[in-house]
Amino acid sequence: MLLVALAWRSLRNRALLSVLTVLSIALSVALLLGIEQVRVGVRESFAGTIKGTDLIVGARGGTTQVLLSTVFGMSAPTGSVSWATYERWAAHPAVKWAVPYALGDAHRGFRVIGTTAAFFERYRFRDRTVTFVAGGPPTTDAEVAIGANVAERLGYAVGSEVVLAHGLAAVSFAEHGAHPFRVSGVIAKTFTPIDRALYATLEGLTVMHEAEAASGGLMMGPPTAPTTGPAPITAFLVGTKNRFETLQLQRELNEDRTEPLTAIIPGVALAQLWQTIGSAEVGLRVVALLTLLVGILGMCVALYASLEARRREMAVLRAIGAGPRTIVGLLVLESALLSLAGALAGTALVYGGLAVARGPVEARFGLALQSHALTSVEWGILALVVGAGTLVGLVPAWRAYRASLADGLAPKL
Amino acid sequence: MTSTAAIAIAGVTFGYGAGRSVLDVPTLEVHRGERVFLHGPSGSGKTTLLGLIAGVLAPRTGEVTVLDAPLHTMSGAARDRFRAAHLGYVFQMFNLIPYLSVRENITLPCRLSAARRERAGDPAAAAARLADALEIGPLLSRPVTELSVGQQQRVAVARALIGAPALVVCDEPTSALDADRRDRFLELLFTQVTAAGSTLLFVSHDLGLAARFDRTLALGALNRAAAVGDPDAATTATTSAA
Repeated sequence: MLLVALAWRSLRNRALLSVLTVLSIALSVALLLGIEQVRVGVRESFAGTIKGTDLIVGARGGTTQVLLSTVFGMSAPTGSVSWATYERWAAHPAVKWAVPYALGDAHRGFRVIGTTAAFFERYRFRDRTVTFVAGGPPTTDAEVAIGANVAERLGYAVGSEVVLAHGLAAVSFAEHGAHPFRVSGVIAKTFTPIDRALYATLEGLTVMHEAEAASGGLMMGPPTAPTTGPAPITAFLVGTKNRFETLQLQRELNEDRTEPLTAIIPGVALAQLWQTIGSAEVGLRVVALLTLLVGILGMCVALYASLEARRREMAVLRAIGAGPRTIVGLLVLESALLSLAGALAGTALVYGGLAVARGPVEARFGLALQSHALTSVEWGILALVVGAGTLVGLVPAWRAYRASLADGLAPKL
Repeated sequence: MTSTAAIAIAGVTFGYGAGRSVLDVPTLEVHRGERVFLHGPSGSGKTTLLGLIAGVLAPRTGEVTVLDAPLHTMSGAARDRFRAAHLGYVFQMFNLIPYLSVRENITLPCRLSAARRERAGDPAAAAARLADALEIGPLLSRPVTELSVGQQQRVAVARALIGAPALVVCDEPTSALDADRRDRFLELLFTQVTAAGSTLLFVSHDLGLAARFDRTLALGALNRAAAVGDPDAATTATTSAA
């Protein structure tokens, strides 16, 4: 108790230095915890890009490519899947629902996806469904729904006329001018690739390509046979009746003998992709740890520097009967108190900051920052701060110990 | 069995590190209840001697017995406990912990030693009594940084005397005071030491004070390793005992 009282009074006596030390530790703790929060938030947002879909099926290709082309609208589709194959699998007893996906057209750099009404009903991101700020899904073959970014960047609203182009380049010479579309609805911001896409009906795209062929325009890509039924699609999403059948269904799809397919489980594919691109988080953590190191070293320096001025104090304590261990205890306790205060202040800073920033951050970046209780990683960080801070206190304490043994009652000033 | 000696030193040598001895005292004895003036010019090893008596330093050879406790056979921790319980110590200056109030400085020994606390009864009341007697009563709640040097030395005396330690050691406590305040300080010190029934070992280079004491010892003569007349050793001793 005496030590705690002495340490406390001593720190209060050097209030400015103590506050600055606590502040520097608090900031590095806040940085570490903040990065951890953002990291978890980003990972959850990323993992939540597509939910509720059990399998994504595309033409035979790499897992990542199927994921990137279907969910993220990046890279080219792996190939096409015939309508007959889609229908065959949609009728599979284990399949609860299936949503076709036809990629291959674009509008001024944004992808156009041909799909059915089931997409707007079934697609989930972060456990939410697709909703509209204005209008609704396309219902005729001359309508298209647009993502929030598309509406924002191109200044479109419900009723705007849109001319699609074949191919995915931003500037395309092959415009399907013969069949213009009208915007049927603007999708509410999702913070997923949906925001950067346009959604037409499958029939809409087919009619457009037919109109193009009839008017003798350029045809690019795989030649389609408009008279022999619906055009091929590039992928389809599958919801299973029973989650336990997903793996079995995935195997069956991958072993389809009539058409080579690749079926991926979105959650697994997302996790794999995250491992590849998520390594940046390690860099962030290293930087934050280095900041913490600087904070703790700063405290060590502050304690060490104050030691010279405190040698008289140590001699007085010795004369009154304090042992060298008491002196060590006092200094270690001071650094422990400083780092504990820093850890607490840093935690308060992060949670205070989260309370303020959560709304704006979600609205602006779609990053769901959870105000969860401290995770084991965060507890680990706090324990590390207090532990390292206390250990660092041993350095000046050891010097004081040596000095108080050598000095006796006559500190060399 | 209680002997009549408060301090008994026999054949003690001491040196810092592996260096040559700065102290070599064949014999020194202070009786209980005595007020002894130890005359120690700089370089005579007085701070070293006081460190040995206080049990902060351990002798290389010989015996240091204080209040019947054989310090030379005791562990460092045991000597620390002994010092806390039985010794009051007053430095030349800078006696106080800067971040504690006057009252907290005075009662500090009672927080380190249960024996001192028991003898003091209520430490706060004991501190108030001593402060009044030493004419610093009104300063009890003040931060020590607001005190003059003379007031600080009286606070140091109050702290050395709280809980009535059997031995009070003063290391040049008056050297920072002017003549008037020095005399008043000594008067108050003597009164309180007598009241507590403590033995007083008072070290100073100022021989003018010697007449007020029961007995005067000259450390220069007691210490065979004294640097007096040896310029080389004087340098060593001065730096180590500054």
